[in-house]
Amino acid sequence: MNDQLKHLSERVTKGLMTRREFVGRAAALGVTAAVANSMLATAAKAAGPVRGGTIKLGASGGESTNTQDPALTASEVPLYNLRHWGETLVDVGADGNLEMRMAESVEGSSDAKQWVFKIRKGIPFSNGKDMTPEDVMLTMQRHSNEDSQSGALGIMRGIESMKVDGDNFIVDLSTGNADLPYLMADYHLMIQPGGGMDDPAAGIGTGPYTIEFDEPGVRHGFKRRDDYWDADNRGFAEFSEQLVLNDATARTAALQSGQVHMINRVDPKVASLLDRAPSLSVKSTAGRGHYVFIMHVDTAPFDSNELRLALKYAINRQEMVDKILRGYGSIGNDFPINAGYPLFDNTIEQRDYDAAKAAEHYKKSGHDGSPIILRTADGAFPGAVDAAALFQQSAQAAGIPLEIKREPNDGYWSEVWNVQPFCASYWGGRPVQDQMYSTAYLSTADWNDTRFKVPAFDDMLLQARAEIDEVKRKEIYSKMAVMLRDEGGLILPMFNDFVGAIAQNVGGWVDDPNGPLMNNKAPIKCWLTDA
Amino acid sequence: MHPILKLVAQRLALGFLLLIAASVLIFAGTSILPGDVAQQILGQSATPEALENLRRELGLNEPALSRYFSWLGGILQGDLGTALTNGRDIAESLGTRLANTLFLAFWAALISVPLAIFLGLLAVRYKDRWPDKLISGVTLTTISIPEFMIGYVLIYWISIKFGWFSSVAIINDSMTLGQKLNAIAIPVMVLTLVVLAHMMRMTRAAILNVMQSAYIETAELKGMPMLRIIRKHAFPNAIAPIVNVVMINLAYLVVGVVVVEVVFAYPGMGQYLVDHVAKRDIPVVQACGLIFAAVYIGLNLVADIVSILANPRLRHPK
Repeated sequence: MNDQLKHLSERVTKGLMTRREFVGRAAALGVTAAVANSMLATAAKAAGPVRGGTIKLGASGGESTNTQDPALTASEVPLYNLRHWGETLVDVGADGNLEMRMAESVEGSSDAKQWVFKIRKGIPFSNGKDMTPEDVMLTMQRHSNEDSQSGALGIMRGIESMKVDGDNFIVDLSTGNADLPYLMADYHLMIQPGGGMDDPAAGIGTGPYTIEFDEPGVRHGFKRRDDYWDADNRGFAEFSEQLVLNDATARTAALQSGQVHMINRVDPKVASLLDRAPSLSVKSTAGRGHYVFIMHVDTAPFDSNELRLALKYAINRQEMVDKILRGYGSIGNDFPINAGYPLFDNTIEQRDYDAAKAAEHYKKSGHDGSPIILRTADGAFPGAVDAAALFQQSAQAAGIPLEIKREPNDGYWSEVWNVQPFCASYWGGRPVQDQMYSTAYLSTADWNDTRFKVPAFDDMLLQARAEIDEVKRKEIYSKMAVMLRDEGGLILPMFNDFVGAIAQNVGGWVDDPNGPLMNNKAPIKCWLTDA
Repeated sequence: MHPILKLVAQRLALGFLLLIAASVLIFAGTSILPGDVAQQILGQSATPEALENLRRELGLNEPALSRYFSWLGGILQGDLGTALTNGRDIAESLGTRLANTLFLAFWAALISVPLAIFLGLLAVRYKDRWPDKLISGVTLTTISIPEFMIGYVLIYWISIKFGWFSSVAIINDSMTLGQKLNAIAIPVMVLTLVVLAHMMRMTRAAILNVMQSAYIETAELKGMPMLRIIRKHAFPNAIAPIVNVVMINLAYLVVGVVVVEVVFAYPGMGQYLVDHVAKRDIPVVQACGLIFAAVYIGLNLVADIVSILANPRLRHPK
């Protein structure tokens, strides 16, 4: 990096120059905007974290019905809350590797059936008590016992027994699972004193902040803990505040007028316009979430694989990415895994829009030519109604008649999704392939929303799960992907990016594919450069 | 008994029956919506076991009728119960939200009602001349634009471009009155623009109607100035219809401003109600419904009483 640029970037981190000015000057020196921006990030990191101040997040996905109980957390704002006061055994880092939190180390047996988590010592809960392996076990029990109402119940199912042995928390599984530690990073599994059995919504945990005020659907406030164990890496701002701003325009206005420092869910339609504002930058992170059209493979006419293939060839993926995501995303290939996952096979052939092939498969399917009903709603995913219209057009060109039936947002997830044979939907992605496939494509999965029940696929999934050798696992996953792509009921046109925006004075940003705004950790891992 | 007292007693009793009827309607309406509270809480990622456990804990497996009557029993003893979704005390959360709603409605009314009546009088004074046309034109324009649009335009100019007032109207108890007023400045402007035209036009029409009476002509022939005629002779006789319209608009300011609340993230009752309807949290929906119904019934009662008091013939019936 040349000295002049270095000098300029230091001026920006000190707040003496705006980002826009910097990019302009850098351009004058012959540096592209992308390079200039990454230089800025480096400079900000080199300048080191700044402590103090109040960092404010304007977030959508909060309702006045929210609670602090981790078991019942389903929307985005409560998730930011959890990250403030709680921590899990392990985290999945931005690079996809495991990051030890409450566990100091984790070790699995050779058949991946037994996992030993060594629990850190001397980490205080915000109520003053030290966290113990018993607390860990009770927490896991609360999410897996008979009375559990937890959203994590599904992933806890493979656990046969749990026990505490000295400093260790030991999990025994009925079948081997090489990815078990990743499952323990699930955000529901915040370690709580006594497992949170008595008062699950108390908000007491080992995280960097404690709750100052808690007004669901309005705002949440947190104060930094002085006795936080990992203060070098998290919890830089003295106070952290979240304002619930569900309206997209209200959110961007709040960021533009400086009332918040970061916002989530920037509408792709306005993202490039917003990024022109000098006081902020739009952060787009490739993730694992995807927008889908799902067919029940056991229901006519979708029980014909020829018809399914016809529909898969009849969708124009690139057009969807360009028009629905405005480029903030990437094309899919009809299986739910992309390069964001470990052990992804990038050699699988990409399926493209091909009206001729679609027409051929459609003819072979022998469908009677009656319109195929596709159900959609605005709430299915942002732009789902427009996406269905694009699908209808591209299918029309192949001679396949689609009829769009627009459903109300309210009740879409209980009345349409997983009920009707063909509809629009979305998936948020999971940290590892095994979890994604087990959640929705295993025969016995609760949310097998394509009714894909193929014993050979199940066998491969279980085989891969217990396989420690990564080369072999990758091979199996590749076979599964191809099988799902060619036989499954999933039409996956696009993977969506997480699009957020941060003010110019926010430091410490890292792209994290695990979730929006640094996997919901931006407020606790970022700092204010001018605090 | 004085006829007015009798009327009030009658109307209050009737209002009580209306509230019960409203609660039955709300309960039935919320019950026939697809999905239940357990499904809505756990969302897309719930397993059947978790759903069943949550239903059992929330008592959703009880028949609807027994749930309704146990709710009614509680409410008659002044107990609004707790929210199914997050277990919070409804009376407490609702109290804060209601206070916020009334705070916003109060300031919006304080500005819009006198302004509307004043503009109405002014329009009558300059009937068919440019001030009349200007007032009608501007107010009819603002009422015709959707309120969220007015909100966005004002945010863009006042908050982002000039930075005078905040675009986020989140208020809380630790703020001073000045800070609160600063926070709600733009929403109050929006609401004022939205309700102005209706009240202004009604004032104008009601007074113009009276202006054609013989006694106004007499006053004119006496040589009284126009504004004084309007104030002393026309306005008192036009008060009943004006009060009616004002009350309808006040009711709107309390129960109908959910869109404005969303745009400005204002923590009022509207957003609170919508969130709980979306989650099928029946006790909260019921409580909000009762309050909204009570506001309507109460304000209508006030309107009726004022029209009687303003009319000597009704005030002293033979």
